[in-house]
Amino acid sequence: MTRIWVTGLGVTAPNGLGTDDYWAATLAGRSGLGRITRFDPARYPAQLAGEVPGFDARRHLPGRLIPQTDHMTRLALVAADWALAEAGLAGGGPYGEYEMGVVTAASSGGFEFGQRELQNLWSKGGRHVSAYQSFAWFYAVNTGQISIRNGMRGPSGVVVADQAGGLDALAQARRQIRRGARVIVSGGVDGSLCPWGWAAQLSTGALSTGDDPATAYLPFDRRAAGYVPGEGGAVLVLEDAESAARRDAPVRYGEVAGYGATFDPPPGSGREPGLRRAIEIALADAGTAAAGIDVVFADAAGLAGPDRAEAAALAAVFGPGGVPVTVPKTMTGRLYSGGAPLDVAAALLALRDGLIPPTVNVVPDPALGLDLVTGVPRPAPLKTALVLARGHGGFNSALVVRAAG
Amino acid sequence: MIGRRVVITGIGVQAPGGDGVKEFWSLLSEGRTATRPISLFDASPFRSRVAAEVDFDAEAHGLTPREIRRMDRATRLAVVAAREAVADSGLDFAGLDPARTGVAVGSAVGCTMGLEEEYRVVSDDGRDWLVDHSYAVPHLYRHFVPSSMAAEVAWQVGAEGPVSVISTGCTSGLDSVGYARELIAEGSADVLVAGATDAPISPITVACFDAIKATTPRNDDAAHASRPFDNTRNGFVLGEGSAMFVLEELESARRRGATVYAELAGFASRCNAFHMTGLRPDGREMAEAIGAALAEARVDPGDLDYVNAHGSGTRQNDRHETAAFKRSLGEHARRVPVSSIKSMIGHSLGAIGSLEIAACALAMRHDVIPPTANLHEPDPECDLDYVPLTARERRTDTVLTVGSGFGGFQSAMVLTRPGARAAA
Repeated sequence: MTRIWVTGLGVTAPNGLGTDDYWAATLAGRSGLGRITRFDPARYPAQLAGEVPGFDARRHLPGRLIPQTDHMTRLALVAADWALAEAGLAGGGPYGEYEMGVVTAASSGGFEFGQRELQNLWSKGGRHVSAYQSFAWFYAVNTGQISIRNGMRGPSGVVVADQAGGLDALAQARRQIRRGARVIVSGGVDGSLCPWGWAAQLSTGALSTGDDPATAYLPFDRRAAGYVPGEGGAVLVLEDAESAARRDAPVRYGEVAGYGATFDPPPGSGREPGLRRAIEIALADAGTAAAGIDVVFADAAGLAGPDRAEAAALAAVFGPGGVPVTVPKTMTGRLYSGGAPLDVAAALLALRDGLIPPTVNVVPDPALGLDLVTGVPRPAPLKTALVLARGHGGFNSALVVRAAG
Repeated sequence: MIGRRVVITGIGVQAPGGDGVKEFWSLLSEGRTATRPISLFDASPFRSRVAAEVDFDAEAHGLTPREIRRMDRATRLAVVAAREAVADSGLDFAGLDPARTGVAVGSAVGCTMGLEEEYRVVSDDGRDWLVDHSYAVPHLYRHFVPSSMAAEVAWQVGAEGPVSVISTGCTSGLDSVGYARELIAEGSADVLVAGATDAPISPITVACFDAIKATTPRNDDAAHASRPFDNTRNGFVLGEGSAMFVLEELESARRRGATVYAELAGFASRCNAFHMTGLRPDGREMAEAIGAALAEARVDPGDLDYVNAHGSGTRQNDRHETAAFKRSLGEHARRVPVSSIKSMIGHSLGAIGSLEIAACALAMRHDVIPPTANLHEPDPECDLDYVPLTARERRTDTVLTVGSGFGGFQSAMVLTRPGARAAA
């Protein structure tokens, strides 16, 4: 079976713009959570988010792209530029235009752009709606814009499965390479930090209403009371391993080795959720036993019930405390379709450095039986990592990455 | 590289002009049109005021008040179509292993109608930028992230395997079925309920297409407003609807004696990397997708009995697509019948790709090729056999259907009748 390497990363995260800044902040335990600045949150019960700091789109992108893109698409385009540059594929490299494609995850599209145009329509009339509305907010926008900017004409796609979609996109990218593409730019960059998006996120009751960034998002902690959302994510370059070796790709972060996706039984069924099964499928796909997993990047909903369910799934597969678990997203918030790709980036960097990044602020609930890595990075010989993601409604995905051997 | 062979064994449709598969096929095979003045909202302020609407009664289809409340119109259409597909397949879903059953729903604009209704309330018709969330429905998040559509279908059919929404603009309905096919082919699932849905006939969608003059302003002749390949065409007609399928592996379908509509023999997608809404006139990326889909299906262009065109009825699309057919099918492009059902049911964005797959499967079932309605005066640049006005009886074993959309996506799918030709 074709092996797939990750040969480039582009990160736009609330605690660091660019892979190096993100990783340095993450190892240092520096959080990017804070009071929202993109709009005045005073009237809302939740007021904290993870905003990407210091991002000036005009410094990175041609001016003509600015009026036609939402903030999250600008972040995605820049992340893709960085990932391709690191992979040495900024100009396309040795590959044909149909051998390179783009598969991203989306959750809510360019929602801030959409709010502005809805306001134009309803307060001023249809003639005031932007000519760009037809494509700036829809779910396919990041894939389309990345493909255009980089001349990639190969198989492409967009997956939506709430927060789990970020892993599903990487799996679809792997599938496209197995079917003949050489390079797929994949991952997810997301964010709906506008009042209209905020109203939608508030509707689940799962947002943290805490006002202290250090205690607002505490997954696997007895004080867990919701999550803090954020913006950003990661773009990864996935490449056919043989082709990457042939062109002597400058960086090999690791291999996308296994994947599994399941959906929960209907609400109220009382049956076990599907996360354990997703993990087992991913491990089998990667050809590894549970003992072969060196670290788990948890989904970490930040709510008592879902946290317990995730801990139970991990205990069922790995035994109580059987594997180190970490949640670097305690420093970024949950980034919707961008969250899991960012965790995959963190997992690959952890494999590279032999360091498990910490979970910050959390005092693990001993009843959950997790070996949660807290406070400071934990050095460990790392070869294989498991990343988990769950989406609203019952989506479960699991992805295994392995150090490039 | 594709493993197990995947076939359609059940079809469900909610489309303009009729309820269910039977009425859908009557409309298409009789060449009637379902385009009309917009009735879903007051369209008088807009440039384009025609659409192809579904006369849809969710309650009559058995949806409960709570289901209706929490689902967007597009989701309701998909759930009803999925139920029809499941019943049509004759497959005992209660007896399936839920872990081996999946769902893939394509949609270009998700729950846009429900979102706009909620936006109007929380913003007080755009008066407040800082919207008042306390006026929002409790299920607003389900509109916010349209993977809720796939979740609802999964609950309906009892799927606990891979479940996803595929959202690649106007090729979503081809790409979701292509995705589902890959899941079965690679062994990640045995049965998929897959298809697409969209319900975009609302002010924001009409306004955004007005802004780029993509939709037709032929408001005085709504029944004949969608005119693909005709010299007088001046934009597409917005539509809505859903088509869902039961897909399974060929051998297991045969073992249980299922009715097999068609095999999904080849699929490919490409991007034009050119423009978010524009198309290059040479059609080369669509031609590339067609070539790849034919190669995967091991079908020669000359074997095609029918081509279901994207045929949206914009000058740009019709010429782009005609060029793509000539480039990919060679001389056979001039011989094979090509038609656009958008002439009858409009362009339902992400849903249309699945509705067109349904039309292709039914064309194979009945050996009848649906026509291109309203085609009286072909554009001289569009010089293929577009099956004008009336359906044509013809043995139809091998079919190509294509889609093209915003974002630059170009997709192609090849359907074959299992056993109709020597196995590849």
